[in-house]
Amino acid sequence: MGVPAAEKKVLLKVDQLKQYFPIKGGFFGRTINHVKAVDDITFDIKQGETLSIVGESGCGKSTTGRAILRLDEPTSGSIHFQDRDLLSLGKKEMRRTRKDLQVIFQDPFASLNPRQTIGKILGEALAIQNVVPKENRKSRIEELLGHVGLRPESMERYPHEFSGGQRQRIGIARALAVDPKLIICDEAVSALDVSIQAQVLNLLKSLQRQFDLTFLFISHDLGVVRHISDRVMVMYLGKIVEIADKKSIFEQPQHPYTRALLSAIPVPNPVHERERILLTGDVPSPIDPPNGCRFHTRCPFVQDICKTQLPELKRSAQNHQVACHIVS
Amino acid sequence: MNQDADKILEVKNLQTHFFTDEGTSKAVNGISFSLNKGETLGIVGESGSGKSITSLSLLRLIPSPPGKIAGGSILFKGEDLLTKSEKQMRSIRGNEISMIFQEPMTSLNPVYSAGEQIAEAIRLHQKLGKKEAWDKAVDMLRLVGIPSPEKRAKQEPHELSGGMRQRVMIAMALACHPEVLIADEPTTALDVTIQAQILELIKTLQKDFGTAVILITHDLGVVYETCDRVAVMYAGKIVEYTLAKEIFTNPKHPYTIGLLNSLPRLDMDQEELTTIPGTVPSPYNMPKGCSFAPRCPHAKGICEQAVPDLQAIGPSTEVSCWMFTPQWEKAYDAQEKVGI
Repeated sequence: MGVPAAEKKVLLKVDQLKQYFPIKGGFFGRTINHVKAVDDITFDIKQGETLSIVGESGCGKSTTGRAILRLDEPTSGSIHFQDRDLLSLGKKEMRRTRKDLQVIFQDPFASLNPRQTIGKILGEALAIQNVVPKENRKSRIEELLGHVGLRPESMERYPHEFSGGQRQRIGIARALAVDPKLIICDEAVSALDVSIQAQVLNLLKSLQRQFDLTFLFISHDLGVVRHISDRVMVMYLGKIVEIADKKSIFEQPQHPYTRALLSAIPVPNPVHERERILLTGDVPSPIDPPNGCRFHTRCPFVQDICKTQLPELKRSAQNHQVACHIVS
Repeated sequence: MNQDADKILEVKNLQTHFFTDEGTSKAVNGISFSLNKGETLGIVGESGSGKSITSLSLLRLIPSPPGKIAGGSILFKGEDLLTKSEKQMRSIRGNEISMIFQEPMTSLNPVYSAGEQIAEAIRLHQKLGKKEAWDKAVDMLRLVGIPSPEKRAKQEPHELSGGMRQRVMIAMALACHPEVLIADEPTTALDVTIQAQILELIKTLQKDFGTAVILITHDLGVVYETCDRVAVMYAGKIVEYTLAKEIFTNPKHPYTIGLLNSLPRLDMDQEELTTIPGTVPSPYNMPKGCSFAPRCPHAKGICEQAVPDLQAIGPSTEVSCWMFTPQWEKAYDAQEKVGI
């Protein structure tokens, strides 16, 4: 952590990424419209840092994660990982590259095969990417279980024999199995109880230090995000509204949406008095997003320009970018 | 103090057990609390603490078998709900005590419009004609802040957003002006900006109608901002019962302290979160003594031997922990604690 952020190498660069999902309907199941889940976003992640994406349901945070892994084929844009464009890779090459890009999902039970023992699940990850010779696999699995705080005997047991927090540890062990460089954590601790969540968060932090991991952390929980992130990116309806380092986002949020989001969270602290910005209405549909600024329909500071012109993401301070007409 | 006059609901030594092939699970294991008119009581706890089973027990909605209310009493306006007939209960549910759940989609009927469902609830409990009930349903929708309620009343649940469905549930729950509203994780499935709207709405309506609210949640922030008093549950028991503000400034029970420490905070920087080691014990295999003893940093021998009672340690604070009893000084240290 000693190296200043600016000097760190960029590990992943996402450029003008768009992810539209077609809506079929009408006669002959033609495409009648698109859900613009992610609409032209550009950002990068530096080696060894944790970038969090926050936003509410439907803002495109999970879609962004899936697009980077090419679990869904992006509509357009480019994703450079260590200076290679992931979108130009063939299927085989992509599979090989996935060794460096791992993912941990929210519900570990759904992503672990219930009929396989933990040893088998982890062994499979090792075999597919062929990172460890066959004879060393067992000791490697024991080592992995040790990293995530499980006993070596766990190898012989099945996923249902573990608690939610332990299953998430298994998910983490599987992601670590192939020595990845970037781990995408998609709501990885959201389903866990607070006391278990704290254990898993501490584990993720210590593994990051130990293995120089880079995290893309997708979450709706801003308390968790504040704890784990170096930088935070706020999304709303498929667009980035603000990116900044953690301190600026939480202490000097600029975009009205970020401010409303932060003020909406109940904080158990009598000293922490804030004025709540209560947003009215719901998030508009991503099929037919509003013209101009996507947030203008709920923004308390809306002006005429916001209704017609889309604000660009502009640098407002060092390490702070914001997309808002009023702020800039 | 004439507190009893204000008490609308009083739960004494409630026990709800589930009888399964694996054994008996004491999901709610002897809890007592009370609710005053117009106040908000928070019940917090993690998964498996018994908080939702408590709320279902209050309305006698425990599926039986396998579940059964095995003991205790639930006094509502002085009368024990556990002695009422099913017919009497039906006239209380939704009328005098109503409930809202976490996932409104599963508690709303998908083939009836929002308005019809609210009107049905009104007609069940009040002598109103179809037209009048419908009008009242539309009024309720307006009251809970649904824009163009006449149009929305005719829509089916799938046409409404998550926040709006929860508003419909609240409209239905409050349509008969109940004296007690039980809200079981009412905002957990919602986004934070919508959560803020719904909590604000519950607070306003509570003021207008004078409804007493039991709010069941796992979110300590929500408790802090909405509740007057709070009961912290762990493994089927109340471990701490106090004023909501008190619990954050002056928590007593080691579990409450552990819970607060493991919370990633928006208002402060923490390098490392302090965690509670281990996990919640299995409901089929509860420790003999205090159920938190295996995870407690202070546990002594006495904690593993006997269950502490919930007892008052201040004017408004009750704790069930041996540390706050005279026996604590004399208690010997636990023999070598088993590694977790």
